[in-house]
Amino acid sequence: MANIIKIAGPVVTANGMFGCQMYEVVKVGEERLIGEIIRLQGDKAIIQVYEETSGLRPGEPVEPTGSLLSVELGPGLIGQIYDGIQRPLPEIRSKIGDFIKRGVSTYSLPRNINWYFIPKIKKNEKIEAGDIIATVKETELLEHYILVPPNINGKLVYIAPEGEYKVDTTIAIIEVNGKKVELQLFHRWPVRVPRPFKSKLPPTVPLLTGQRIIDTLFPIAKGGTAAIPGGFGTGKTVMQHQLAKWTDANIIVYVGCGERGNEMTEVLESFPELKDPRTGRPLMERTVLIANTSNMPVAAREASIYTGITIAEYYRDMGYDIALMADSTSRWAEALREISGRLEEMPGEEGFPPYLGARLAEFYERAGRVVTLGREYRTGSVSIIGAVSPPGGDFSEPVVQSTLRVVKVFWALDTALAYRRHFPAINWLLSYSLYNEILDPWFKSNIAEEWPKLRAEAMSLLQKEDELKEIVRLVGPDALPESDKLVLEISRMIREDYLMQHAYHPVDSFCSLQKMYWMIRVILLFYKYANDAVTKGISTSRIISLPLRDDIARLKIVPSEKIPTICREIEDKIKNDFIQLYKEVES
Amino acid sequence: MIRSPLLKRSISYRTISEISGPILIVKNIFDAAYGEIVEIETGFGEKRTGTVLETGEGYAIIQVFEGTRGLDIKTSSVRFLGETVKIPISNDVLGRIFDGKGKLIDGGPPIIADEYLDIHGSPINPSARAYPREFIETGISAIDGMNTLSRGQKLPLFTGSGLPHNLLAAQIVRQAKVLGKEESFAVVFAAIGVTTEEAMFFMSDFKEHGALERTTAFINLANAPAIERLLTPKLALTVAEYLAFRQDMHVLVIISDMLNYGEALREISAARNEVPGRRGYPGYLYTDLATNYERAGRIINRKGSITLMPIVTMPGDDITHPVIDLTGYITEGQIILSRALHRKGIYPPIDVLPSLSRLMKEAIGRGRTREDHRYVSDQAYYAYAEGIDNRGLAAVIGEEALSERDKLYLKFADRFEREFVNQGLYEDRSIEKTLDLLWNLISDLPESELKRIDPEIMRKYHPKYMLK
Repeated sequence: MANIIKIAGPVVTANGMFGCQMYEVVKVGEERLIGEIIRLQGDKAIIQVYEETSGLRPGEPVEPTGSLLSVELGPGLIGQIYDGIQRPLPEIRSKIGDFIKRGVSTYSLPRNINWYFIPKIKKNEKIEAGDIIATVKETELLEHYILVPPNINGKLVYIAPEGEYKVDTTIAIIEVNGKKVELQLFHRWPVRVPRPFKSKLPPTVPLLTGQRIIDTLFPIAKGGTAAIPGGFGTGKTVMQHQLAKWTDANIIVYVGCGERGNEMTEVLESFPELKDPRTGRPLMERTVLIANTSNMPVAAREASIYTGITIAEYYRDMGYDIALMADSTSRWAEALREISGRLEEMPGEEGFPPYLGARLAEFYERAGRVVTLGREYRTGSVSIIGAVSPPGGDFSEPVVQSTLRVVKVFWALDTALAYRRHFPAINWLLSYSLYNEILDPWFKSNIAEEWPKLRAEAMSLLQKEDELKEIVRLVGPDALPESDKLVLEISRMIREDYLMQHAYHPVDSFCSLQKMYWMIRVILLFYKYANDAVTKGISTSRIISLPLRDDIARLKIVPSEKIPTICREIEDKIKNDFIQLYKEVES
Repeated sequence: MIRSPLLKRSISYRTISEISGPILIVKNIFDAAYGEIVEIETGFGEKRTGTVLETGEGYAIIQVFEGTRGLDIKTSSVRFLGETVKIPISNDVLGRIFDGKGKLIDGGPPIIADEYLDIHGSPINPSARAYPREFIETGISAIDGMNTLSRGQKLPLFTGSGLPHNLLAAQIVRQAKVLGKEESFAVVFAAIGVTTEEAMFFMSDFKEHGALERTTAFINLANAPAIERLLTPKLALTVAEYLAFRQDMHVLVIISDMLNYGEALREISAARNEVPGRRGYPGYLYTDLATNYERAGRIINRKGSITLMPIVTMPGDDITHPVIDLTGYITEGQIILSRALHRKGIYPPIDVLPSLSRLMKEAIGRGRTREDHRYVSDQAYYAYAEGIDNRGLAAVIGEEALSERDKLYLKFADRFEREFVNQGLYEDRSIEKTLDLLWNLISDLPESELKRIDPEIMRKYHPKYMLK
């Protein structure tokens, strides 16, 4: 019989645990709180408990379950909101009320919903792990493929006929080495074990976000990884919400990890009403939410990102593109630190455990574009976008630094930009994307041959502006030559009329790639003419007082479908206006 | 195991083995529960309270709220009370004053309890939360116009020593209202480690303006034991939860000063030899602060709300101090007071640029404040930021060397501070007045500069068009 012998915060020690395995789930105390073994010493086990531990006392029983911390994977995940260990929060609410008490047990997937099941293979067929055996329409948008779970290969001896079934009905039987394995509509998978796939592919397709600064200057690839670090108030969460709304992934897994309750509420209230710009369906129909807010138990926060990524991998295996947002990985790291402190481990930097970097790398490595298991060739991807909340906005702290060692895209949020309400407050000089080169062929063939050139030109203007501003700070703007003054003005246009994007403006919130292309093209065309004019002796102030600048500034709020026509008009206007200007000067 | 709480209470242990700082270790005990409340009796019969921080076979580590001075190993004894810390509560708590650990100190009769509530509360289920979007008019332009507060929001005041944060907090209590509604409201005031003078200031201000009978106060003075401070905000928030979610009231909670709470937490952590995080504060500071702050909010289908305004001092005006920084990460924005503005004689010296209300976008606009609110405040933000930049530039190269455009922005920044941010201690500006004032200021700039304003809004509200 196993008993509790020590309790310190979320960490409980029990004896009589001989034979238990690492990361096994145990039920702790009389209320059977859920915990997970994180260290074994002789017959003692150290357990992190996913629920509030006050009131527990030594001597209470501990019961091993023999299984690792797992999630249920099957139809019914989409549109759900779960806590860190996949308990459905609305269900908990209907059971025990508005406040979360402990010791509640519920199924992760609803058992009472009937799913319309269409078999795709026949009896006696030889099948492999990853094969599609049936489809279920999970939402209007999403065909849910029922796959043979990993590690199962054999002969199909039974398949249920087309019809309605609940998730826990046996819908197929497979003979594996003479043993019969029953399959339901769902299966369980341990969260800390990455789901297997055949091979990884290079990330050559961009994950389009509808955010100009990202898609133009610092794009992320499908299957890629990105980090958004920023001090408080710089808009990490708004950015994450924007990405969750507008990225062209099939499914969004949003992990609210140790953040504010009201932010999850915002997602819950707005996503059912917002429409996916590509399909016109409510965004909630492609979203899974994991909410372990800052006041919920800290150990479950540690588990939440694994729960999220496992769900993402499950849909990836069906051949979908998934984007996972983790807000914020710093809170996850703090949970790790807290547990590590209770275990009295030797701390590394700033009290974080020495294995922080390894755990972060392990997590981000679960992203990728892959060829899935199964006889049929399918590709799917998981992209991870992690927010980081560095203390004091200091990017040299351990979580930011460990993250930057593994991610390929860095969107640095800048407090100074946020103060002047330049949003998204992504600093264009600090940020980078290592996917630019590998994605260029895609942009060239899907948008325009000149896309990489336009981007480079815009970037070099911004770079130049930064240098010029140094000079202005010393000697004032009047000392600059006209051509440099023009660079300052054009960069201001790029910053304000292009990079700035209003997250809550109905039109501006999402910008199609097509629209981005036209906008940047028009601005740079304007620069080209203006630059010619300056060399011909026309003053910068005369050029920037051209009324057509306002037309360019208002392009943001022009709907996507009108953009090509309006931009062509503006381009003509640019040409005409400058001819006009020359005439003026000559006379 | 001893099941009966009554039996359990009757056992008193005289087996204290170690006393260090605020912490006590008792040996040879049966079964202390984690988080359980403990009564400690000194050899002279004086009683103190504590809670169990860690429990194992045959021992418990206890933190003593009143401190360990006068306790000894020989004669002091310990009793485990079999429950976690609870507070007796009913509607009668309004108008009453407690000390920092929940003892009445106003000399009145004891509270006749409707309920005994665990002061740690339980987390609100995220799916039960209602998003705060009801505009609270504070009558202070820099808040209403630029960093709008809404019901159920947690918005801290980051301040420095010597700044008028108390005056501002009191003004907010006096003036805060929801437009067009008369609903029952209450104030819960928690003073943590403040001086008698400060506590008196708030109490007499509440009294003068008739808010006292709607107020419950918890006063932990600077000379009270530091460990007691760990209880004070929890008590205040438990009362607030009761009033908001059981009695349907709109509760404004003011806590001053959370820095002292953070320091008490650090003291306990150090006494337990825990691995420190930043600047000696424990690694769980974020979680601990969040479990307090996150108790604010609104719940679907319940009428009441908890709006939380903690006041936090920035030591040496350092905004990266862990308590400030983590507070900023948890709360929905921040109001920051500036010493530079204070020196210029501007009251309230709210530094508008780094201040922020994250919930503002939902609290403003048509039907809440006015449809032009978002545009005009965005524009003013931008203009003020430009102006401040130019002020820096002017300090180096001289105002004369600035371009005409830069000069306009410089002038805007000056007017913005003197006419908009600055207002009287008893001046209650309506939201219309605040917004009109903003239009008046930005109309100094040429219309082509007002890029953040929708053309339609511009025609409707720009003073130039209004005159026609």
